Amino acid sequence: MVPVNYYIILSAILFTIGALGVLIRRNALIIFMSVELMLNAANLAFVAFARAHEVASGEPFFDGQIFVFFVIAVAAAEVAVGLALIVEIFKSKRSIDVDQISSMKG
Amino acid sequence: MVIMTLELIFFLILALIAVTTALGMLLSRNAVYSALFLVLNFVTVAVFYLLLGAPFIAMAQVTVYAGAIMVLFLFVIMLLGAEALPATQVLPWQKYLAGGLAAVLALEATFIFLTRARPAGEITSPDASINTITNIRELGNRLFTQYLLPFEVTSILLLVAMIGAIVLVRKEKRVH
Repeated sequence: MVPVNYYIILSAILFTIGALGVLIRRNALIIFMSVELMLNAANLAFVAFARAHEVASGEPFFDGQIFVFFVIAVAAAEVAVGLALIVEIFKSKRSIDVDQISSMKG
Repeated sequence: MVIMTLELIFFLILALIAVTTALGMLLSRNAVYSALFLVLNFVTVAVFYLLLGAPFIAMAQVTVYAGAIMVLFLFVIMLLGAEALPATQVLPWQKYLAGGLAAVLALEATFIFLTRARPAGEITSPDASINTITNIRELGNRLFTQYLLPFEVTSILLLVAMIGAIVLVRKEKRVH
């Protein structure tokens, strides 16, 4: 038996590593990967809570899994558009360093 | 009792792998290594889904995330030749500030989860007697009855994303 708390703490740690990646990395692709990691951490919490509900009530419970399914679909859509944007930015700036993308800085 | 302990040990080993690969993604200089670490992380989380009795989500995780999405990432990294950026740090103190804030965020999130959400109880993995096929069939039933509208909206979202990506990378035609 694994307490639900352990899964939740693991999810919080993974989410924090993702947030840290968004904050400290300058490579736009790695920032994007960190966002994926954060989505993944949220999914883990969803499935863990769903399973805890299932164990507690003794009946199959699918809503958590269906939410994760939708999150995965949205992540796929997001990656397609995001990577297209990054390729476009690279074409015009010749770099994907987010510090270089400062045309709108006052 | 022995089996329960075994499950906990299994969880701890997997959690260690998940955190290590996430840190590897965060810290490696080369973007290709980052992507490969992230693939390993996604596969580990897929094993967690299996332990949590969600076989369909585990398979979707491996095929969609570790397969399709990360291949797309690796393709773009190699297409742009953006494996390693020159180390130019505009704000040198920002890294330390971010580290401190992230530690605060981790503590805060854990605290709120554990005190406010009160996730009492324990998780047992489903034993082998659970029929995986029935489980997935029931999931499909829910998806096409109770969750039909969100499912259809998702298909429109994917279509819009596809058109958006095509429009973004299309060559501009000069209009006179």
